[in-house]
Amino acid sequence: MAGTASEEITTVDSGDTDLTAAELESNETNTMVEEGTNPLRKMEISVAEADKRMGKNSVNIQETYTVYLIETRPIDAVAEGQNPAPDALWRRYSEFELLRNYLLVTYPFVVVPPLPEKRAEFVWHKLSADNMDPDFVERRRVGLENFLLRVASHSILSNDKVFYHFLKEENGWKEVVFETGFQAKADSRLKGLNAAFRVKTPDKRFTELKLYSDELQSVSSQLLRVRARVADRLYGVYKVHGNYGRVFSEWSAIEREMGDGLQSAGHHMDAYASSIDDILEEEEHYADQLKEYLFYAEALRAVCRKHELLQYELETATLDLAFKKQQREELATGTVRTFSFKGMTTKLFGQETQEQREVKLQVLEEQIVEGEELVKDKTVECEEFVKNAWVDMERFKEQKDRDLKEALINYAIMQISVCKKGIQVWANAKECFSKM
Amino acid sequence: MSAGTPKSLPSSGQKSIQDISHPLSAEDSVLTPSPDIGNTTSSIGEKDLSLPNGTPVDTSSPGSSSSLLNRLQLDDDLDGETRDLFVTVDDPKKHVSTMETYITYRVSTKTTRTEFDLPEYSARRRYQDFDWLRNKLEESQPTHLIPPLPEKFVMKGVVDRFSEEFVETRRKALDKFLKRVADHPVLSFNEHFNVFLSAKDLNAYKRQGLALLTKMGESVKYVTGGYKLRGRPVEFAAMGEYLDVFTQKLGTIDRIAQRIIKEQSEYLVELREYGPVYSGWASSEGELQEPLEGVSGCVANCSSALEELTEDMSEDFLPVLREYVLYIESMKSVLKKRDQVQAEYEAKLEATAFRKEERTAVPTDVEKCQDRVECFNADLKADWDRWQNNKRQDFRQLLTGMADKNTQYYEKCLAAWESIIPLLQEKQDAKTDTN
Repeated sequence: MAGTASEEITTVDSGDTDLTAAELESNETNTMVEEGTNPLRKMEISVAEADKRMGKNSVNIQETYTVYLIETRPIDAVAEGQNPAPDALWRRYSEFELLRNYLLVTYPFVVVPPLPEKRAEFVWHKLSADNMDPDFVERRRVGLENFLLRVASHSILSNDKVFYHFLKEENGWKEVVFETGFQAKADSRLKGLNAAFRVKTPDKRFTELKLYSDELQSVSSQLLRVRARVADRLYGVYKVHGNYGRVFSEWSAIEREMGDGLQSAGHHMDAYASSIDDILEEEEHYADQLKEYLFYAEALRAVCRKHELLQYELETATLDLAFKKQQREELATGTVRTFSFKGMTTKLFGQETQEQREVKLQVLEEQIVEGEELVKDKTVECEEFVKNAWVDMERFKEQKDRDLKEALINYAIMQISVCKKGIQVWANAKECFSKM
Repeated sequence: MSAGTPKSLPSSGQKSIQDISHPLSAEDSVLTPSPDIGNTTSSIGEKDLSLPNGTPVDTSSPGSSSSLLNRLQLDDDLDGETRDLFVTVDDPKKHVSTMETYITYRVSTKTTRTEFDLPEYSARRRYQDFDWLRNKLEESQPTHLIPPLPEKFVMKGVVDRFSEEFVETRRKALDKFLKRVADHPVLSFNEHFNVFLSAKDLNAYKRQGLALLTKMGESVKYVTGGYKLRGRPVEFAAMGEYLDVFTQKLGTIDRIAQRIIKEQSEYLVELREYGPVYSGWASSEGELQEPLEGVSGCVANCSSALEELTEDMSEDFLPVLREYVLYIESMKSVLKKRDQVQAEYEAKLEATAFRKEERTAVPTDVEKCQDRVECFNADLKADWDRWQNNKRQDFRQLLTGMADKNTQYYEKCLAAWESIIPLLQEKQDAKTDTN
């Protein structure tokens, strides 16, 4: 993960703070602050706390929800030894979702970092599935911070104005988002992603990547499921040993020489049984890392689908143009190459007049001009998309390899620690037994 | 949970009745020692164990010489006296005849006692023979605690009587039984025990014994039931109470151990599914392929280690616990017998009080009863102390064994995980170097 503790520091271009807020907001149509045009300001971001609020929801019912405190502070000040109070504001999960949806629509070629899960999934029986459970809230806090840090360290996303406002402006942020008009695009995007269509000349690289994203999604969800079951079973093994503690204690009461050894061995068995709680809590951290990439797989797939959609639109526009050109030719030369109702009606009701034909030709010419523009635009759009998407894919791939390798190393280290603890406990117990 | 199909022992195969030499028959000279023992140099510590007549002993099955050594040194000599009788049970073999199939065990004896004609013996015995011995000991030494035998009948239909695991568990229990008898200052000198260890044809002796039994009957048999006990001496009452609580606790420990084995088995099932998921993932990755395969391999190693632990606990831990429950049952029945003897004495004593003409001299049969009570109490006390000591040793060994097995399990897992750290990290470092 890019950041695990709230003290984790990352830097981000905060944009030009010399511009007044009004001036920034007046750049409605321009949601991107151009790179390099403003003096670099670094910012430290953290999601420091979580708290509960009460409020009325959309159907006017009182509900309790959790809010998260986002703190930002210029990193220069920290480096210089000053400790200014950070800017802080509270946001709830749904606002994070809104931000992410905005980013998805605005930067469709970017593999947008995912949010921590909305509802607790892959829980094993001792883990709470309750969204209000303090452990869940804490893990979510960490996940949200990780999300912000990932966005802040992305070369393109970090420059986004809406993102900046999200971090800096508690009220009025939503207006900024909605003013970008992303929601209209969101709807059509959603439609496009869910539509079934076939691309005639698919880009092999994107097809492979889509397949990979499916595999990644499938394997990581399988891994999370099995891991949860493993955790459940391991919990059982450890906890049953606690019963030894009790029975050794009871037994020691009727023994003379053996009593002390039994009693103290029993204590070690109790310690062994209770050690599993911490062990499994730490393992949840590993599960969270896997979950992040499960959701990342979805984001990756979305980019591939977007490409398919663009490709499809280009093909459609090209086909449409070809058809229109063909129609023009037919009209101009009076020949009918393919069966059409026009041809039939002409035969049945007689030829059109010269005037009628000329009007139709005019309309077609206009349409063809438009169509050629469209094809040109779509071609450019496609090429741009492919270029940008490919850059981000490469970046994502490297990040994924790095992060997951680190996750595996940490998992191995965790297991080593568990083994060492186990050896210690049983060595202690053995010593007690040998003194029986 | 056992791993795969239970292994069967090599058997003597199907032969016609005439061809099969009965393993316990006198003709089976290969296994019984010849009188020519002066040349033998075989001792307990030597690698190549051979019989006095020079025939090398078959050490292909669990009865190898090093484990033989271990078993002989199993019980510490508590009294400090030099051990002069060593017994071992090993080398189980399956015998198949048209009538039945059964297992025999080799019972090896080494002794300097004059009660034995020879210093060494080797005989083949089957469970029936051990059972016979135990009954004989109970009959002839009713004031003593006789060690328990492993269960005669296998209750669960699932267990294979001829599987290697079952036979090995039984062998260990039979070995323990004989060792406990051999260590007992009174029981080890019992005539039946002697015959059991040394006789070429035990069955002949058994038949002989049956005839005698009817004659011997009354004097050794004690009256059971019928007499009501007035007051139990405090120490024996305390023994009874102790045994009741101890039985309870052993039962609890047995249940806990079984539960742990069950939980571990279920954990193992999940682990066996968990490891391969990493391999499956590895096949769709590039850079991550090796690390993921590494983790998969680790999980597989841990699974094997866990399986071993579970098997060991099943085979070594549970049977010993159960054996002690049987031991306690034996002890309780001995206590009951003692109560009966005391009750009989008290009743007879009371009866004589009413016969005025014999008030001057205590009748001989009442005296005999009193003697019996006193002997019984003394024997029982001595046995109780011995039993407590053995129990302490046995449980110390059992529990430290459990701790050892668990430690070994964790050590194996630790080694597995530690071995992949360099694999995971080296690539990481290489990557950062090229950046």
